[in-house]
Amino acid sequence: MAIGLHKSDIKNPVANWIDQRLPVFTMIQKEYGTFPTPRNFNYFWNFGALAMINLLIMIATGIFLSMHYTAHTSMAFDSVERIMRDVNFGWLLRYVHANGASMFFIVVYIHIWRGLYYGSYKAPRELLWMLGVVIFLLMMATAFMGYVLPWGQMSFWGATVITNLFSAIPIIGQDIVIWLWGGFSVDNPTLSRFFSLHYLLPFVIFGVVFLHVAALHITGSNNPLGIEPKGPQDTLPFHPYYTAKDSVGMVAYFALFAILVFFMPNALGHPDNYIPANPLVTPPHIVPEWYFLPFYAVLRAVPDKLGGVLLMFASIAILFVLPWLDTSPVRSMRFRPLARPFLYTWLVSFFVLLYCGGKPADEPYVTISRVATAYYFLYFLVILPLLGRLERPLPLPESIARPVLRGGGPLPAGAMAKPMEKA
Amino acid sequence: MRSLRTIALAAGLLAGLGSGLAPAPARAAGEAPAPPNVRFSFDGIFGHFDYGAIQRGFAVYKQVCANCHAMHLLSYRNLRDIGLTEQQVASIAGSYQVQDGPNDEGQMFERPARPADRFKSPFANERAARAANNGAYPPDLSVISKAREGGADYLHALLTGYEDPPAGMTMMAGMNYNRYFPGHQIAMAAPLTSDGQVEYADGTKATVDQMSKDVSAFLQWAAEPEMEQRKAMGVKIVLFLTILGGLAYAVKRKVWADVH
Amino acid sequence: MADSVAQAAPASGETRRDFLSLVTASFAAVGVGALAWPFISSMNPARDVLALSTTDVELGPIATGSAVTVMWQGKPVFVRNRTEAEIEAARKVPLDQLKDPATDQSRVKAGKDNWLVVVGICTHLGCVPLGQKPTDPRGEYGGWFCPCHGSHYDTSGRIRKGPAPLDLAVPPYAFTGDKTIRIG
Repeated sequence: MAIGLHKSDIKNPVANWIDQRLPVFTMIQKEYGTFPTPRNFNYFWNFGALAMINLLIMIATGIFLSMHYTAHTSMAFDSVERIMRDVNFGWLLRYVHANGASMFFIVVYIHIWRGLYYGSYKAPRELLWMLGVVIFLLMMATAFMGYVLPWGQMSFWGATVITNLFSAIPIIGQDIVIWLWGGFSVDNPTLSRFFSLHYLLPFVIFGVVFLHVAALHITGSNNPLGIEPKGPQDTLPFHPYYTAKDSVGMVAYFALFAILVFFMPNALGHPDNYIPANPLVTPPHIVPEWYFLPFYAVLRAVPDKLGGVLLMFASIAILFVLPWLDTSPVRSMRFRPLARPFLYTWLVSFFVLLYCGGKPADEPYVTISRVATAYYFLYFLVILPLLGRLERPLPLPESIARPVLRGGGPLPAGAMAKPMEKA
Repeated sequence: MRSLRTIALAAGLLAGLGSGLAPAPARAAGEAPAPPNVRFSFDGIFGHFDYGAIQRGFAVYKQVCANCHAMHLLSYRNLRDIGLTEQQVASIAGSYQVQDGPNDEGQMFERPARPADRFKSPFANERAARAANNGAYPPDLSVISKAREGGADYLHALLTGYEDPPAGMTMMAGMNYNRYFPGHQIAMAAPLTSDGQVEYADGTKATVDQMSKDVSAFLQWAAEPEMEQRKAMGVKIVLFLTILGGLAYAVKRKVWADVH
Repeated sequence: MADSVAQAAPASGETRRDFLSLVTASFAAVGVGALAWPFISSMNPARDVLALSTTDVELGPIATGSAVTVMWQGKPVFVRNRTEAEIEAARKVPLDQLKDPATDQSRVKAGKDNWLVVVGICTHLGCVPLGQKPTDPRGEYGGWFCPCHGSHYDTSGRIRKGPAPLDLAVPPYAFTGDKTIRIG
């Protein structure tokens, strides 16, 4: 073996030659072939893979759409309609891309829920979690800019409202807004730069996803029991077990996606975005896309403009420090019977905020939003830190393999519960 | 399994909120009632276009609506897709003069439209349209069915919803009362007022309701010409995925048989 | 327990699993393949571009001896109503004198010999030759002259002098009426 070449075990001669010089095949074999994965995953663990598929679909459809789209205020709306009417399968590309954004957030919200419920954000996976929050923020920026591109009424006015938020920043706020706009209102310079950045960010997301998966492969995956695998008896090779299981989830995901795209392609959108943007006519209710509604509700819950902006960003920023707010030594909510209802209530408050975000900023929605916002922050800032110390969790099982082979659940009464696993 | 229960719970919550998710429609003070459901041929998973109705609807658009409303996203050649022949399309197009140029002298000139040209707009631009309509802009109708909550049902309701204002209501100058228009005051006077206003080539009786239904069907087609292909593809794909899903689940169970 | 179950009937179990996996994988492969088609097809000319793939020309307004230029598929097309003299001049040329031999008759439609329809792109390096306007130079053979590198075309659009290798291309066209043609 020449010095510097990788010692490859790959059988196929061509693949072996490549592998010796750039061990991609060895890497795939190690990270996706034989990678030891906890044997007790439930279907909640599908959603990371689904998010990756979704990202690839968005990039593919986006690239082909941009072959036909024109990012100029005088032509943007018409160029999208040309895609819908004249480009072969243009309507399909467009509807997959638009509904793919919704699917992306559905998948990622469930993926985040998995993390919250099973304590996947806890040590040693703090960085993995924070990279995930970065991905989420990048997704939101990408989706926001993407929605502006068709240049409909909601595109224009949503962009106006959200960019205007930055004027709340003291002293330099207005200058920042003018800098963002490239002018004195949302206009062609804004549209051009949003197109450029909307094309760029998904590749940044791709890079952070790479780091996210790399970090995961250092710590290994969490699992529904929240206890670390102790040996090979607790794990399975990723292939074929989780390739097979992920395939099932993938088909279900495509089926839901297909129902949206082919039978209700505009259900999650807003009719006003089929009206070309008019800077002189404001729609009666400016509503962002559904996946932004909870944060929109938080924004409007605060009567002060700057306060609302800060609290809205705080509602996402707080996720960064969650690993340190949650003081419990136990990861999975399965073994935290006191904390669990509080988490479910948090989920309810999230949906309440989502619902209120789509309603006009009148009573009773304002008061309800305030209550839900209060609970949202209370859960992270007060309940989790306190409960971690006050709660008496259920005894943790001995290992992953034992409950699976013996029929599940913690050890039978009388058996010594193992001391609390160091999280 | 517990996780399945949690997913079911989440799905139930999502589905329940699905209705609440529909963003607050553009209804100002004076909530307009929801438009009554019309059984259009294009409703539902297996919806299809009734090209007879759409051709009649095009006649209504051409003779009544096109005087004020543009449809600049449609081309005359699109009318082939609703069953008109090449000659019919060429003669419809040829009856309009469109601007072309500049010629070699640098001048713009008029020529008869060709099938490849877009539908001729009644006004040169939005300002001209407003000037001719007391400041109100007759919107372009190319995607109007997707731009209004209720779609074709709403369009039909609007066209048949002109009535006398209720007792005690003051109408603003030049406005007309319409039951289904948000705010109930619409600048457009009732465009379809008498039976037989449009003569139908296929002999169908042109009542106001019939003309409203037909033009709504036409506008639905104009907004979503791909609908039939889309739904047909959807049926095939969902069927394919159902079979593939069954197969994938069977493979999963087989692979996991020695573990469970 | 679980172990013994796994060992029982390994052969048939595995064959069944392999066949099932094969069917599933092929099904999935069909799906993935079908996925690629819309992307590829979307790059083909769109319907509005295809609608402009033919151009109709009214010949009535073109007087004898004059010519018009129309756009067809983004390219200029010369439509010339030739005089008797121009037709005769083209037909008198012996074929062995031509760099790209072609009879004049083969470049026009029978019974409509006065109408010459050629793509107005020089076959050398793609410039648009002069000769459409009465004030343009027509070169030494009365047809067209390309100012870029000095190619001369005759009254049948054939290359007679200069670096161009081929005659001006005759696009596909047909008479759709006595005084109308459809190009493309």
